[in-house]
Amino acid sequence: MDNVFSNFDLVLRAFWVTIQLLLLSGIASLLLGTMLGAMRVGPIWILAKAASFYVSTIRNTPLLIVFIFVFIAAPQLGWFVGTPFVIKGVVALTLYTSAFVCEAVRSGVNSVSVGQAEAARAIGLTFEESMRNIVLPQAFRAVVPPLASVLIALAKNTSVAAAFGLMEATGRMRFFTNNNADARVEIFILFAVGYIIIVELMSAGAMGLERRWRIAR
Amino acid sequence: MSTVLFEAPGPRTRARHRLYSIFGFVLVGGLALFVLWKMYAEGQFEYDLWEPFVTPAYVEAILLQGLWQTLQMAFLSIIFAVIFGLIFGIAKISDRPYVRWPAWLVVEFFRAVPLLLLMVFIFFSYGVGDGFGSYWSVVIALTLYNGSVLAEVFRAGLNAVPSGQGEAAYAVGMTKSQVIWIVQLPQAVKIMLPAIISQMVVALKDTSLGYYILAPGLTAIGKQVYTQFSNQFQTVIVIALLYIIANLILTFVATWVQKRFVGEKTISVPMVGEASADAGRGV
Repeated sequence: MDNVFSNFDLVLRAFWVTIQLLLLSGIASLLLGTMLGAMRVGPIWILAKAASFYVSTIRNTPLLIVFIFVFIAAPQLGWFVGTPFVIKGVVALTLYTSAFVCEAVRSGVNSVSVGQAEAARAIGLTFEESMRNIVLPQAFRAVVPPLASVLIALAKNTSVAAAFGLMEATGRMRFFTNNNADARVEIFILFAVGYIIIVELMSAGAMGLERRWRIAR
Repeated sequence: MSTVLFEAPGPRTRARHRLYSIFGFVLVGGLALFVLWKMYAEGQFEYDLWEPFVTPAYVEAILLQGLWQTLQMAFLSIIFAVIFGLIFGIAKISDRPYVRWPAWLVVEFFRAVPLLLLMVFIFFSYGVGDGFGSYWSVVIALTLYNGSVLAEVFRAGLNAVPSGQGEAAYAVGMTKSQVIWIVQLPQAVKIMLPAIISQMVVALKDTSLGYYILAPGLTAIGKQVYTQFSNQFQTVIVIALLYIIANLILTFVATWVQKRFVGEKTISVPMVGEASADAGRGV
């Protein structure tokens, strides 16, 4: 265990990689997922179908397969050759998570009561206006809890990058447990606590936002 | 909802939407064509690369050693997870604090820790060498994680039973365990079934993580195939399709069960980790 504490900067650096993966792919999948969600509820048939095909395909594919696709299969087509590992990890996590973000956004939009949209249409707002001014501001509030669980799952899913050579927290734990066989349980607890801190911070933040944005219905 | 957002379009809007549709079609079709062209240009349609998936011996290996082992691991871990979840879900609503708090701690811990971290720890501490091997490491890790999620599902399911049921049972003089086992649980199971089946989708997807600890299953077979034929792209497509088909069947069953036994009622499980049929499902 002393060996771990004397190399504690390695632990911190590993969690920094985890947080980088989380932040970058979190932002990217929020953008892509919201776009997909808008496509799914929008009036253009082909885009709605394309988005729904993407979502049901990705939701039923294991994250590891998406990672294999980006890290091992895509280079066969000449894609992502020589791309930094962190970027490839972010791409894989984003491709996966945005499907779930799309579902969360869609269910948020669907949770806004129909009367609101009808009223918006009745006073002559267009699709874009009623989305921007009426539906989305309310949908955002409804979307916080499901979106938070999607992002928390993303935080845990960053660990899959360890299987593809990224030295984030899980990969680092494997390295330490291999070298310090006598303190495996302690090392596991140490890294688990690191993840739990990240997860609990996110969950506390989401609960705070939810409380702050709560409106009388 | 989505039909209210835009009214029946007039001629001008229809023309505009037609334009958008054409644009969208060109975009989606162009993307698909680009991928196909790229595959063609890189020679990915060569028969040699697809050959293992039409060769009986390889198909048999993929289905028997791959899919069958994967389904086995998922099935075993869900069975154990239901038992684990039942025990800890009931322990969490115990009247005795010395039962309730440890159960809460265990459930929260295994829900917040990444499954792969757990799997790596179990395999390299107890599974490797003379231990129980990678197969059981995957099953145990999946059991602990899914069991903890199911513990929350069981708790939420028990809470979803109308409170009058429990009160009436207490009124006729049943003890707490009688109330849970005889009155509440049989009714709760009905509400929980869809959530349990969607958790099976999660378990099935997560068996793929065994790849990192060299466990058997679809991903392991896939790796063997593409190291032999260097047809990574084709293998990923085939393996992904097998997972998608298996999961779609499970999802179909879950929807059917929901319609047949439950109706509109769903249970929600708060934060950290995911269960229930809502949008956070199966991440």
